[in-house]
Amino acid sequence: MAPLLQVSGLTTHYNIMRGWVRATDNVSFEVQTGEALGIAGESGSGKSTLALSLLRILPPGGVIRKGSIVFDGQDLVPLSESEMRKIRWKGISIVFQGAMNAFNPVYKIGYQIAEAIKEHEPDVSDSEVKERIAKLLETVGIEPSRSNNYPHEFSGGMRQRALIAMALAASPKMLIGDEPGTALDVIVQAQTLKLLRDLRDKLGLSMILISHDLSIIAETCDKVAIMYAGKIVEFGDARSVFKNPLHPYTQGLIKAFPSIKGERVRLSSIPGQPPDLLDPPPACRFNPRCPYVMDVCKVKEPLLQEHDEKGHNVACHLY
Amino acid sequence: MDNAQVKEDASVANPVAGDEVLRVENLKKWYPLKKGFFETVLSRSEDFVKAVDGVSFTLKKGEVFALVGESGSGKTTLGKVVLRLTDATGGAVYFHNTDITKLKPKEMKPLRREMQIVFQDPFESLNPRMIIKEIVAEPLRVQHVAKGEREIEERVKAMLDSVELVPPEEFLYRFPHELSGGQRQRVAVARAYILKPSFVVADEPVSMLDVSIRAEIINLMLDLVQKTSSSIIFITHDIALAKHIADRISVMYLGKIMESAASEELVDKPLHPYTQALISAVPVPDPDSKRTQDVISGEIPSPVDPPTGCRFHTRCPYAHERCVNEEPVLVEVEKNHYCACHLYT
Repeated sequence: MAPLLQVSGLTTHYNIMRGWVRATDNVSFEVQTGEALGIAGESGSGKSTLALSLLRILPPGGVIRKGSIVFDGQDLVPLSESEMRKIRWKGISIVFQGAMNAFNPVYKIGYQIAEAIKEHEPDVSDSEVKERIAKLLETVGIEPSRSNNYPHEFSGGMRQRALIAMALAASPKMLIGDEPGTALDVIVQAQTLKLLRDLRDKLGLSMILISHDLSIIAETCDKVAIMYAGKIVEFGDARSVFKNPLHPYTQGLIKAFPSIKGERVRLSSIPGQPPDLLDPPPACRFNPRCPYVMDVCKVKEPLLQEHDEKGHNVACHLY
Repeated sequence: MDNAQVKEDASVANPVAGDEVLRVENLKKWYPLKKGFFETVLSRSEDFVKAVDGVSFTLKKGEVFALVGESGSGKTTLGKVVLRLTDATGGAVYFHNTDITKLKPKEMKPLRREMQIVFQDPFESLNPRMIIKEIVAEPLRVQHVAKGEREIEERVKAMLDSVELVPPEEFLYRFPHELSGGQRQRVAVARAYILKPSFVVADEPVSMLDVSIRAEIINLMLDLVQKTSSSIIFITHDIALAKHIADRISVMYLGKIMESAASEELVDKPLHPYTQALISAVPVPDPDSKRTQDVISGEIPSPVDPPTGCRFHTRCPYAHERCVNEEPVLVEVEKNHYCACHLYT
């Protein structure tokens, strides 16, 4: 079966005065129908740029310079803006970080969801819109009567839920969550992740979850892509990546997370800091921080290659 | 546990914590709610946000003490009141047996060199118009503890060296914007430790930093705590992190301490239903341990009008009638394990 989303060689750069910031460079991956992919990386790794590229909602200066994004059999990169509007919400929709600011404070929640429905299905009658809003809110666990509330009357967790309801307004095939749990308290975050898992099971949604927090991805996703400095350095199914991390960066990142289980240990870190993407290190971008660095890492760029038959890929000269 | 493990543990924990540095008794901080003009005229009663509402704890010499709670639990306010960055509404903070809540500002000043703070956001806590040397030297100048410019520069250099901003000469004349987030937080740590304080309040010092560099800053602070045998109050929302770095953890909820115990004991054998809920909500970086327990519903209520009785009863799966009417007190349920819950009394 053809994958729902197939991204190949995607290269998105930002044009600033001093040159091109290489936010994502030659990124390729696929998502099957009903699958959840987690994209993990630190700030500046290009994970959010990747999400924005998929929907073609890059900020000024951002350009997709190369590559293709084939969604449901159609390449999104050459589409015109009006064709692209049909894909957003109906095909792929996105839930942003910071639910606090995502709603317009002067309109009622219900009105804002109705706006999304009507934009995509102008023929739907008012009473049906109302019914659908009630249903959407119910799906995410909010009392339908609260659609008459303003955003400030909702708590942080409820706003996040309402935002998810809104993203589902036009019944998309794929949902992208950009740091959906960040800025929420642990308990509310756990509630949100549970909701996302339930939605996926109930509606058969495909998901891409973007987070800096590996544990969030471990709990919700089937596949994981680890990004570093604009590139995917490791890709595979969640179990093999977490149990048997291959790339030295992935290994370092997993170790840097204090686990609530297990013995008390001194935390370990990855020395150095992420590179400047205006002028990234040559060849392997992780080489200045890598504990196993070899001569070849500084001259030849490692490609993302299959490590085993189960689809565990890694871009590292060690293998 | 093998020997190497023990050694490693000893470097994190400091089990032989000594004398008492700080004793906080029934501390309260209520912020009055602003009202409109007519409301003030028409009603006599005043409403308060009870950010900290009767908290007691002690901090021992050399101890790493973690305050864990969700946003709105009052942990940051507690840190501020303990340092007297804001005045308490009630209760007492004894620093070496002096109640600092009753001191005049003038009497407070010499004590301030004993207590310092590291803030959460290194992008906002450093003055963008000052060079690193001046930022780190400022406490020395304010407290008049160094003689002459030569000594100030020497001490600043030595301090930058111990926070691993090396070589110090390269950082002295830079501005904060020229440094990365991790380096900036090192400057903030240097500024806090240059007066060799007795204790430092660290308010979420790493939550703004990338995961891969968090550990460096934490380990740096723990090393400083050991080297200077000072204590630290570590305020965090991350209970997993607290387990690894703290000797003791207190869990706060709506301005009260709900449970307090040695860190491993608290995380591995939590007694309070809130602590249990908090721990089970923490995501685990292991795809095999899919969460089985249900997450508790609801969110932290408003501290303006906290629930009667036990503040957690509105979300507690074990709540019964007594919890609604009677407020549980913090009692020692097991040795050195305190819990405020009617299930244990």
